Amino acid sequence: MYVAAKGGEKAIRNAHALLAKRRRGNTNLPSITLDQIAEQLTLAVDRVMAEGSLYDVELAALAVKQARGDLIEAIFLIRAFRTTLPRFGYAKALDTAEMLVRRRVSATYKDLPGGQLLGPTFDYTHRLLDTSLGLADEAREGNDQATRVDDAPAPVSMPRVTDLLGQEGLIEGAPDDDGAEPFDITRAPVSFPVDRSTRLQTLARGDEGYLLALGYSTQRGYGRSHPFVGEIRFGDVEVIFDAPELGFELSLGTVQVTECQSVNQFKGSATTAPQFTRGYGLVFGQCERKALSMALVERALRWEELGEERGAPAQDEEFVLSHCDNVQATGFVEHLKLPHYVDFQAELDLVRRMRAEHAAQMKEAAE
Amino acid sequence: MQPSPADPRDANACRTARQGMMAVMARAESTELDAILAQLAPLPAASNLKPPEVGLVMLRGRTGGDGAPFNLGEATVARAAVRLEGGASGFAYRLGRDVKAARQSAILDALWQDEARRAAVEDALAPVRARLSSESAGARAETAATKVDFFTLVRGED
Repeated sequence: MYVAAKGGEKAIRNAHALLAKRRRGNTNLPSITLDQIAEQLTLAVDRVMAEGSLYDVELAALAVKQARGDLIEAIFLIRAFRTTLPRFGYAKALDTAEMLVRRRVSATYKDLPGGQLLGPTFDYTHRLLDTSLGLADEAREGNDQATRVDDAPAPVSMPRVTDLLGQEGLIEGAPDDDGAEPFDITRAPVSFPVDRSTRLQTLARGDEGYLLALGYSTQRGYGRSHPFVGEIRFGDVEVIFDAPELGFELSLGTVQVTECQSVNQFKGSATTAPQFTRGYGLVFGQCERKALSMALVERALRWEELGEERGAPAQDEEFVLSHCDNVQATGFVEHLKLPHYVDFQAELDLVRRMRAEHAAQMKEAAE
Repeated sequence: MQPSPADPRDANACRTARQGMMAVMARAESTELDAILAQLAPLPAASNLKPPEVGLVMLRGRTGGDGAPFNLGEATVARAAVRLEGGASGFAYRLGRDVKAARQSAILDALWQDEARRAAVEDALAPVRARLSSESAGARAETAATKVDFFTLVRGED
């Protein structure tokens, strides 16, 4: 149990001042700007938005700076900030088929309509450190390859791979939209078991490392579902909001998201021919590892609905969902560093008494 | 709030045009909106119907991309509502926290509803439309340059 402690105000003030000093680092160097963070540490910013569950590039950059690059601390700052704002309402569901695609690959179809677009990816890089990035006047090769806008192809339709498979009936359909409002974990307490939309919301803000490890475990045989990346796409999607005072839909701008469709092994029944099954991942920003891991875990959690055997950690809904939020996790783990003196004093008394009893017993036995 | 032509098809067309204009304004930078308002000066005085404010909108996705909706996460949104002296009310919603830009957009929305000024507002917005379409064309061009054709190799010789 945690009991409040008093005192230490001056030390705490000084510690905070020292933290600010360390955050700033060597003052002979210029302070890093939010624009620089947003433009050059894009994927850190994206991760903070995804797990902070708040899309705002500038705020996420600020959080990264304030947290000295500690992304979980930055995510914590974003979550705390969001509680200070009123909720205007719910947007219409994003239409990822209408995305301005910046990257889109399929590991299942090489010739898919719309094509394979590698985009800005680490895939196929050799993972060799580029020492030229350490030079003050960094090589500008990347920028010199500016593409001429005149070369832009006309927008083409990019059907989802699951739609292609779906046309042939080879894959299960997505669950129908029955018009019901999806559960919102930020508005009501969760009680298990939960529906698929609640799982997706929880996973979308879950910790990337945690979901990566669980997704990996499913590949290694713990809840095996033999996944393929049907498709992963990243780009800009439009946010549409029905403004109550206007009575019509408004476009509020665009956000970037990564979507992953996993295609997994089969399910059939006496009445239904075997079909591929699927898992789904959708994450703010370019967070491919997270979107893919989310799809794997989302698929693993569907074991019951798909009539699979249970037994793997990644299939345990309550365990997986209750521990995937890194803000909750870090709050509870890190509070162990705060004073627990009263609590510990009780345990100290207890262990002393047990030792005294133990000594008395030993003495008795020896006599 | 908006002119109500007798023909409902006109009303629909008018609403679609207004939605298109508001979508462009939601993507305009504050400096672009400054320039547009300067270009349209002099302007009638604007008063707030409610103070411009920042809030959250919960964004949603669909299971599998096209199925039942789920809550994905929130985004910051700035909104404003104004009334022009002797004129219409204007509204604006935009992603982010730029309440000044939201208020400027709301003024432009109100001006646009005055048929006498609509063409001028549309003209002033043209550079923003041009920038946006050039940006998305640029994104498509640089992405298209990374298009690959994978081919599979035949294994074995018979």
